[in-house]
Amino acid sequence: MILEVENAGFSYSGGRQIFSDITFSLADREVLCILGPNGIGKSTLIRCVANLYTLCSGSIRLFGEDLSGMKHIEIAKKIGYVPQAHEIVFPFSVRDFVLMGRAPHLPAFSSPGNRDYAKADEKIELVGIRKIANKPVNEISGGEYQLAMIARALTQEPAILLLDEPTSHLDFGNQIRILEIIDQLTDSGIAVIMSSHFPDHAFLSSDNVAIMQHGSFMAYGRAEEVVTEENLKRTYGVDVSITYSRDVDRYVCVPHKSGLCRCKPMR
Amino acid sequence: MDWISGRIRMISVKIISFLRFPPVRTFLIFGVLPILFVVSLFLGRYDVSPSHVIQLLAAPVINLMPANIIHINPSWTPTEENVIYQIRLPRVIASILVGAGLAIAGAAYQGLFKNPLVSPDILGVSSGAGFGAALAILLGLGSFIIQMSAFCFGILAVAITYLLSRSYRTTPTLILVLSGIIVAAFFSALTSFTKLVADPYEKLPAITFWLMGSLASVRYSDILMIAPPLLIASAVLILIRWRINLLAVGDDEARALGIDTKRMSQFIILCSTLITACAVCIAGIIGWVGLIVPHLGRMLVGPDYKKLLPVAFVLGASYMLIIDDIARNLTSAEIPLGILTAIIGAPFFAYLLNRRSVGWT
Repeated sequence: MILEVENAGFSYSGGRQIFSDITFSLADREVLCILGPNGIGKSTLIRCVANLYTLCSGSIRLFGEDLSGMKHIEIAKKIGYVPQAHEIVFPFSVRDFVLMGRAPHLPAFSSPGNRDYAKADEKIELVGIRKIANKPVNEISGGEYQLAMIARALTQEPAILLLDEPTSHLDFGNQIRILEIIDQLTDSGIAVIMSSHFPDHAFLSSDNVAIMQHGSFMAYGRAEEVVTEENLKRTYGVDVSITYSRDVDRYVCVPHKSGLCRCKPMR
Repeated sequence: MDWISGRIRMISVKIISFLRFPPVRTFLIFGVLPILFVVSLFLGRYDVSPSHVIQLLAAPVINLMPANIIHINPSWTPTEENVIYQIRLPRVIASILVGAGLAIAGAAYQGLFKNPLVSPDILGVSSGAGFGAALAILLGLGSFIIQMSAFCFGILAVAITYLLSRSYRTTPTLILVLSGIIVAAFFSALTSFTKLVADPYEKLPAITFWLMGSLASVRYSDILMIAPPLLIASAVLILIRWRINLLAVGDDEARALGIDTKRMSQFIILCSTLITACAVCIAGIIGWVGLIVPHLGRMLVGPDYKKLLPVAFVLGASYMLIIDDIARNLTSAEIPLGILTAIIGAPFFAYLLNRRSVGWT
């Protein structure tokens, strides 16, 4: 196990509890997908693992070492964090933006050199955004920005990648492209924790799935066992059908909608 | 109106692409400052011929060599030597230090606060220094004490701002800015009070002139006093400059990339405050330089702090030299620097805001 989270609990100082008693672990090359309704604390949990917040109870161990005793820079060499997209004031070029991932590997008083640029370019190539490498980062599309952030996290050369809703705000094609890149990453030896709004994505690219509800994990285990009709109904409050599709050779998850459907079945 | 703004935009696009044309850019960054340095020594009320100026400048260096190889015999008058070495040269050096310092401090703060509209006095250093100077003038103290008082109150104001912001726990940079506004307002009020009680014929004008900024009475001793801290703090900022990029993107992301953001912002605040306090204590309050010059730098080399910070340092020196040349040569009486930087800076900044829509920031 490269990451072990035990009885983790978090609340904002003096505020309400966000989650408690969360236990899970991450194996080498594993993809863990965290599902759950809006505002349930998925992002907070990911931020705790990224050491941006400190747990109020429980512990997180990274390669056997307690996270709270580690320095930021040591953690940054092992964990890459891709936050949700936000506005950037200064128009750094995509290349300069990706290059920032070299920070944990550089001494405090130095600037990146040719080798660091080469590493950044390699990751830019990997996620397929070479064409926009010289564009300002605030003039590219949401999908490209997400890819740029992933490239930056990869430039850290981490063992674990944390993705906070990597596919929200992205169109259909870009969502799948991100999932394909996640597959590539696990092939190259990186473990991934991501939060998502799409139960389907759990089938598409996860080993394990956790469903977060009422401040802890309601279900946690293999995707086929956890993403069930009852669990999704309890989580999202809508009926969901999970059927096996021969066309794509996997389970798919289709939400129901009350009222009539606007499209007529073709006969 | 549309036609006019369209024209302005078109012209400005042309200007920018001209400025970014590599030979022009290289000249602006490396060539302008040495030229301005010499030209500034030519200019002044007392007429010294350019050839004398150059001989005067070259003589101390060249005459170090054995006299039988090359030697410059003094063809200038003692008055000329005095004007160049005791009046113009210290002033030119002081302009370079003050301009470079304010520009680099402003650029660092804009990254730290993730805001392109921030200037070095955002945390109250100028207001504090202004009060410190006003108080010392009111008490009839000497010029050295006035400078020290300005320096100390400038640092004190930022220290208060910082402590005030620490007493809250949320979003530190926003609270820092708000605390800065509070502290600046407080010290401005104290300055106004000293002006109110100051003797209107002697001390009030002195306070007013100090607050408007001037390098007219600067001496070598002033330069020796401010140069070491100002240059060391600038060097520290230049050493950590690439990491300011990460702060400019976001605190959380910077931390996830292994930066100790709290310590780094303390570092930047300490260095920038030291630089600004040094500049203000010999030159008085000079606004706009620290706000505009970083933007000039971004026009030339883009937002990457690895290039921007050294470029801002050099451009700030050039900008201040031009301002000071205008201040001492345009009219028969000295024009305070603060007035000139605002008169030149405000329209320029309006133009910059217009440029934003074209998208370079």
